[in-house]
Parts: sequence; structure tokens; C-alpha cells
Amino acid sequence: MAFRHEVLEKNAFLLLVAALVTVAIGGMVEIIPQFFIENTIEPVKGVRPYSPLELAGRNIYIREGCYLCHSQQIRALRDEVERYGHYSLAAESMYDHPFQWGSKRIGPDLARVGGKYSNDWHYAHLRNPQSVVPESLMPSYAFLEERPLDYAHIADDLITNRKVGVPYSDEDVKNAIADLEAQADPNADHTALLKRYPKAVIVPKNGQTISEMDALVAYLQMLGTLVDFKDVPEESLDR
Amino acid sequence: MPTKIEKDAITGRMTTGHEWDGIKELNTPLPKWWVYVYAATVVWAIGMFILYPALPLGTHASKGLLGYSSRADAMAGVAEMQALHAEQMKKIGALSFAEIERDPALREVALTAGRVIFANNCQPCHGPNGQGGPGFPALDTDVWRWGGSLEAIERTITHGIRSGDPEAHDSQMPNFGTDKLLKPEEIAAVADYVMTLYGKAQPSPATEAGAKIFADNCAPCHGANGEGNRDIGAPPLRSHVHLYGDTREAVIAQVTHPRMGVMPAWNKRLSPAEIKAVTLYVHSLGGGE
Repeated sequence: MAFRHEVLEKNAFLLLVAALVTVAIGGMVEIIPQFFIENTIEPVKGVRPYSPLELAGRNIYIREGCYLCHSQQIRALRDEVERYGHYSLAAESMYDHPFQWGSKRIGPDLARVGGKYSNDWHYAHLRNPQSVVPESLMPSYAFLEERPLDYAHIADDLITNRKVGVPYSDEDVKNAIADLEAQADPNADHTALLKRYPKAVIVPKNGQTISEMDALVAYLQMLGTLVDFKDVPEESLDR
Repeated sequence: MPTKIEKDAITGRMTTGHEWDGIKELNTPLPKWWVYVYAATVVWAIGMFILYPALPLGTHASKGLLGYSSRADAMAGVAEMQALHAEQMKKIGALSFAEIERDPALREVALTAGRVIFANNCQPCHGPNGQGGPGFPALDTDVWRWGGSLEAIERTITHGIRSGDPEAHDSQMPNFGTDKLLKPEEIAAVADYVMTLYGKAQPSPATEAGAKIFADNCAPCHGANGEGNRDIGAPPLRSHVHLYGDTREAVIAQVTHPRMGVMPAWNKRLSPAEIKAVTLYVHSLGGGE
């Protein structure tokens, strides 16, 4: 009798260790290949890290729990592609820490909401959603406009993201505050900002200071706009 | 390990052979049918492993014999759906508006497609029936900023307004107040006059000062009598449709620091045929010319 199961059953500590080893094997088989399989993240052009203002807006999005009602993932299903546009790619959320895919759709999916509506619409909608979409059950976020955006530590935010693999350069970090302020000022010089963060959407600073709403709109207006699907052969995405 | 399997005297069934402090357990095996179904699912799973993408092999996952991809499947579904009315959409894309209007069946298809496209893309700003709202133009009236003919609507949808598209409609009303082109009392006077244009106030000697300021500053774009100018998107001020409100405060605010709306260009999201279909739909909402 080489192995007696009774030994495990009668020794709580051994049982714990054996259970842990068994579960770990399952976990490793499922997780480790993700780090080595080359086709997890599609090789598409255009995906860039978030601009400082977008990143700040993303933090507001997470703080307000937008993901509880809005997903950010267009699944590869016909009806979703017809309504929301091209299905989401893994590459499009590769700089998301954490990702905002979500699983609830009390509101519509937002993965490609960027550029679909004007900035004015987003401001009107966040202030009072029912003013533009009468049947909406989204609450008002008018207070975001009253709250000045706290961006004193935005450079640290970039550094933190860099630690988990987002390729922010030293220059990006150095110019974080300047870039953030430029993106919320239609009269500023946007050359440097747009060189670092192509397709960034300039938002009008409606108040005296940059509000949390300004940052959120900048974030919403870039969602799903980075990859130009005209340049991507559909077969290259099949997997 | 079972040590002593024996027959239980009371039930007549066998025990498992385990014993815990004198307590023994009856052996109650799983039903046979259950065990067979379980075994069958294991075999089934092996089949799935072979037929579908499953096993991670180094840098790539196995593709499976069927070559299935959920993404390709979804896109094939989209293509299949498009193929259903591909011929009609192709016709809509190729024909002129006048030709489409002459073919009632085709026009019906275009209007139906247009309604769906409108609901998904245009309704959030322009309202469910194109009735608009504060800051978002109504499409069911005969007041058009950039023109209400089919061709004009098509162009506006394709390239947008102040959208950044190189061919977008673009115009800029001066900040008469914040850039100090007019004094606050002059703006108030011109607002009093503008309100007479759409009948919210009666012309009187008191509004004459405003009339003069209007003629000097506003008439070049909005027309001597506020009839508007579609070449530059200057709204007709004498109409009863007012994008940002018709109260005195609203007029003063708009002259002081005008709000100027943005409409996205849709040529990246919609095909030319889809734009044509939604143009026909918008044109049919009540205000088309």
C-alpha cells in the first residue's frame, strides 16, 4: 500500500497543502499560457497610453462607479457589432489598469462612444441625462462640474502606471501637468500634446478651473477611437 | 483505504469499509446512468478539444480542426445580414436622390434603414422624432441652419459641423460681449430689437437703438431682417425656432459669448449609402425642402 488516502483525510494540515497544490495546478494551466501566447494582444497600430487629462477622467469614471451600469466591451456577436461598431480588441485595453470591461449594461456599452456625440452633448447629458435622453434612468452628475479637478499628483499617476507596464516616457511624466492643462484649454498650443497623445480631444473649460467633468468628457471622447479599422485586415484578428 | 467491507445487518447493504470511532457508512454508489453520462461528457470534451481552439501550445493555441473563430463567426453574421439588402443598399448608394424618390419601393427601404440608423446615432442629440432640444437643432421644422434640401442634409451628416473634418461646415460668431465688441447696454438693446423680429416684443421707439446696432453688427450675417444665411450657417433670427432659447436672457447670453454647437462627421461611422438613407429619413421628418 504505497499511498493511503486516509492519511490526507485525517491530517488537516496535509489536506490543506494538497488542496492548495491541486487548485494551483488548475490556475497555472489557465493563466501561464496567457503570458506566452503571442496572439492574445492583436498587433494593431494606434493604441497609446492615456493622456494625463484622460487618465484623470478615467479615475473619475472609476470613482463614480460608471462600470456598474456601463460596459466597455463590444463582444464578437452580430447584434453588438451592428449597434456599437467593431468588436473590442484586447489591444484596445492593454493600457487599462484596471480594465473597465464591466459586465452590466443598465446603460449602453461605451467602448466606442468617443466622437459619437459632441462635447456639448456630453456636458448636457452629464448635467441632466433626461434633458437629452428623456427615457434615460441615469442619475445626474452635475456636481462633477462644481468640483475642481485635483491634478497635483497626475505625474505620480503616470509613474504608477509605468510601474505596471504602461510605456510613459520621462518626457511624458515631466510634461504631465502642462499636457493636462493644455487639453482643457481650447486656446492653448496643442502641438506637443497631440504629438505625445494623437487623437486627444480638447475639451472646453467651462468654468474658471478645470472641473472633474472636463476630465471625464476628455476620457469619454477618446474611447474606442485609437484604432483605425480601415488599416486592419479582418482576417488578422481571427483567433 | 477500505479495510473491512461487510454486509450491514439491518439494511442488507454493503458498507464502504471506512470506520470512524465505530461509525460505519453504507455504500451508496452513484446511479449507473449518471456514471455513463459523466463518462460520455469526458469523451465529448476530447472531441471539442480536437475540433475547436483549445490547447495552449507554447506561443500559439491549437486552432482546432473546424477552424472556428467567434470573431469570424460574428463578422460572417454581419456580412450575411448586409447581403440580405446589399443590392438595395448598393442601389441607394449609386442612385441620385431624385432617382430614389421615383422608385417608391426603394424609397421605403431607404426610409426604414434610415429610421434605424437615426435611432442608433442621431436620436441622442436630435430627439426620437427629430424634435431637438436646447442646443440641439430640431429636424422636424423648416428652419435649417445649413440647408434643408436632401443634398444639403447629406453634406451636413457626412462632414458634420465644426467637427474637425476638412470639409465640415464651419463658422464662428464673434464674442460680442467677452471680446468687448459691444458694451453690455448695447447688447441688451440689440436683444430687445431681436425679440421684435420673432414677435416676442413689439417694435417701439425704444427698440430703435437696438435696430441700428443690429444693422451694423448682426445684419451682415443674419440678414437685414434676420432672415439668416445658410452659406455661413447664420440662423434665421426671425423664425420661432431658437436653438438656445428665445428669452431676453438667452439672447443676451448668446450675443455676449455665443455657444456654437458641434456635430460629428459621420463618414467614418456610416457608409455613403447609409448616410443617404438617413438623409431621406431626416428629410421626411417634416421640414425637408
